[in-house]
Amino acid sequence: MIAIRDLGKRFGRSEVLRSIDLGIRRGRVTAIVGPNAAGKTTLLKMILGLTRPDRGELLFDGVRVNGDPAYRSRIGYMPQSPRFPDHLTGNELIALMTDLRAPTTSTLDRELIDQFGLARELDKPLRTLSGGTRQKVNAVLAFLFDPELLILDEPTAGLDPVASGVLKSKIARSRAAGKTFILTSHIMSELEELADDVAFLLEGRVQFVGALHDLKLHTREFTLERAVASIMTSMEAA
Amino acid sequence: MTALTTAIKVVKFELSDLARSRWLLAYVLSVALVTDALLRFNGADQRAVLGLVNVVLLIVPLVAVTFGTMHLYARRDFIELLLAQPLRRPHIFLGLYLGLTIPVSLGMIVGVAVPAAWHGAWTASLTGALGTLLAVALALTAVFVALAFCIAVRCEDKVRGLAIAMAVWMAFAVLYDGAVLLLVSIFADAPLERPILAAMLANPVDLARVLLLLQLDISALMGYTGAVLKNAFGSVQGLILATAALSLWVAVPLWLGGRSFVRKDF
Repeated sequence: MIAIRDLGKRFGRSEVLRSIDLGIRRGRVTAIVGPNAAGKTTLLKMILGLTRPDRGELLFDGVRVNGDPAYRSRIGYMPQSPRFPDHLTGNELIALMTDLRAPTTSTLDRELIDQFGLARELDKPLRTLSGGTRQKVNAVLAFLFDPELLILDEPTAGLDPVASGVLKSKIARSRAAGKTFILTSHIMSELEELADDVAFLLEGRVQFVGALHDLKLHTREFTLERAVASIMTSMEAA
Repeated sequence: MTALTTAIKVVKFELSDLARSRWLLAYVLSVALVTDALLRFNGADQRAVLGLVNVVLLIVPLVAVTFGTMHLYARRDFIELLLAQPLRRPHIFLGLYLGLTIPVSLGMIVGVAVPAAWHGAWTASLTGALGTLLAVALALTAVFVALAFCIAVRCEDKVRGLAIAMAVWMAFAVLYDGAVLLLVSIFADAPLERPILAAMLANPVDLARVLLLLQLDISALMGYTGAVLKNAFGSVQGLILATAALSLWVAVPLWLGGRSFVRKDF
């Protein structure tokens, strides 16, 4: 679904992405993992066109991403713990997004609202909601328009175990229905539960990409966490 | 989807959000309080309007540039969310700009117009002056919100951005006139009409002052640049020139800010 070739980006003196080559396959959950400041969020933002690459190319269904916003109607994005406008209520935010996206189908996916038990919270100003509740609203917005591709940046951060479970089963169901996911997380057990493919980012490059069990074979480690740690140690030794 | 529909949707959202802003409410109430006091102590006459001129020339740019800068920083995450939707960046930028300029200038207009009506100041002799005052307040708001957006888009650091905004206000509203006067006194013997005119066009606050005072026709309070303008052009031509220059002062920062917004990495 997405092909990335030799993607590079620098911010001032720091070269965030050196050379990224990566393919995202349709109908699969691809996890981008890596230490802090490895460029995970930058990569997600580039796929969305929020950040422009200095070098290389990024193809969405074979078409180069170059400022035409139409392809984004096929994407749902869940940014990392965003700050929403202070005075708006959740329902108003949902109405605004619906108004702006003008979806072709009239049915919105409001399933998560019920499952999170959010209905009453959506009448309150977003500023008065707790961080976890705002993250639930964030998740609702990403799934609302039934997009083909969902880009989730740290989706379960700030969610309690129950809500986190709700979101994870939603991801699993949507994947079974043929949706594609790109997500980042620091919780390895969670990625192990959800991800089909793993792309491991370190120092602006993809150090490993492939199916989760290949990564484990590759490093002869049993869990993802240990596999990642083993790659990082071998990088430092080199 | 045409350019206007996206922008209008963003404007509508901004209006409903800012209508609940305590900050904006405080601005409207302060303006109303000052207007009320001026009309109460001076009576509904030209002196009260002159008092308001000073408020407009100092406070409107300050509020527009600081509120504008802070507002765009506060919207940062929300802008990212908007940019992730199938919308064009220039349309979002235009929506954000109008969405702030309209409520802030409306706030000023309501703050002046309502107490003025209360004191019966909308008389035949004062309506022209008050109308010009409000039009100039609107123009200054448009200019300084555009400058604020230009600063906030280009400057990543919030504290630095706000400092630049304050410096811009200081330069245009306070220091500029002093510098012009200093130059005039240094080069007292040289023919200065053209340089002074150029200096006036280069400062939106000066332009606004001239527009107001040409309209109020109070030459004693016009300041040096205003006197030069009036001598050089007479009222109508001066009015056209000043209006054209003010429009440029909206268009240029808005264009620069919009260009940076379109190219920016979020």
